[in-house]
Amino acid sequence: MKRQDEPDRSESDAALRTRALESLLVEKGLLATDTINKVVEKYEKDVGPLNGARVVARAWSDPDYKRRLLANGTAAIAELGFAGREGAEIVVLENTSTVHNVVVCTLCSCYPWPVLGLPPGWYKSYAYRSRLVREPRAVLREFDLHLPDSVEVRVWDSNSDLRYMVLPERPEGTEDLTEEALVPLVTRDAMIGAARIDSPSE
Amino acid sequence: MTRRIDRKIADAETTVALPRRNGELVFEAPWEARAFGLALALCEKGVFEWREFSTALAATIAAAEKANDPSGYYARWIASLEELAIEKGLVGRGQLRARTRQVATDPHEDHDHG
Repeated sequence: MKRQDEPDRSESDAALRTRALESLLVEKGLLATDTINKVVEKYEKDVGPLNGARVVARAWSDPDYKRRLLANGTAAIAELGFAGREGAEIVVLENTSTVHNVVVCTLCSCYPWPVLGLPPGWYKSYAYRSRLVREPRAVLREFDLHLPDSVEVRVWDSNSDLRYMVLPERPEGTEDLTEEALVPLVTRDAMIGAARIDSPSE
Repeated sequence: MTRRIDRKIADAETTVALPRRNGELVFEAPWEARAFGLALALCEKGVFEWREFSTALAATIAAAEKANDPSGYYARWIASLEELAIEKGLVGRGQLRARTRQVATDPHEDHDHG
């Protein structure tokens, strides 16, 4: 990276620099304020883990959909109307009683935005990014997720072209629930692989 | 902590409207949302490929972590975006610095140019 003249990287400094960059880009006609507003609004209000929860509930309820989802995540997710414009493929990983998948982006914070929205703070933290690959079981224990040794843990490192979403295991005791009733059981952390989904009775 | 929040939201009547946040704010300050929106809007306009920005961000994060720089995620984000905007010839480095100084001294300067 090029050296910056001003080493001060305080938050207020970053806020001013954001305003300066925006005002120049708008002034030059490269962006309209309204375009920026719309992007922000979309990610603050419309795009979030609820999209992913709908995908999971559909996969739990419809075996054909699940097959399509695991074969081509991007296409199956687009069937439900969720697509990202930044062009990354989404690969869906199935958690089972014997395999537990968990997702990280070791370099920055690549994340399946169209289905999960923007990542939580811990996903972006140095601790999570640097430790998960090295000691996944220890990190997951800190999320209160205790996996028996018999369960194989697979860690997936996202990048700007390829993002991962976990299809959590359907909890016991939900056999009679409709797809709509399953949606609220699905948590964001379970779709990252940092949690399992508890039976509703627990 | 996160689990507890998740469970609370899963139990709430308002689940369908809420779980996108899972109890956490997406942005901690309004400028973070602007910084995010600037990068995405430029990408959507085809000014750069997302992977170009993502690579720049990864480099900024790696350099900051190596230097034990305590800057936050979106401070690194905007620093990466500035460099990419300069590299792409969208803005000049001097121009950007001058505008930042101007914005700093003019509290009324706002987003109402367009």
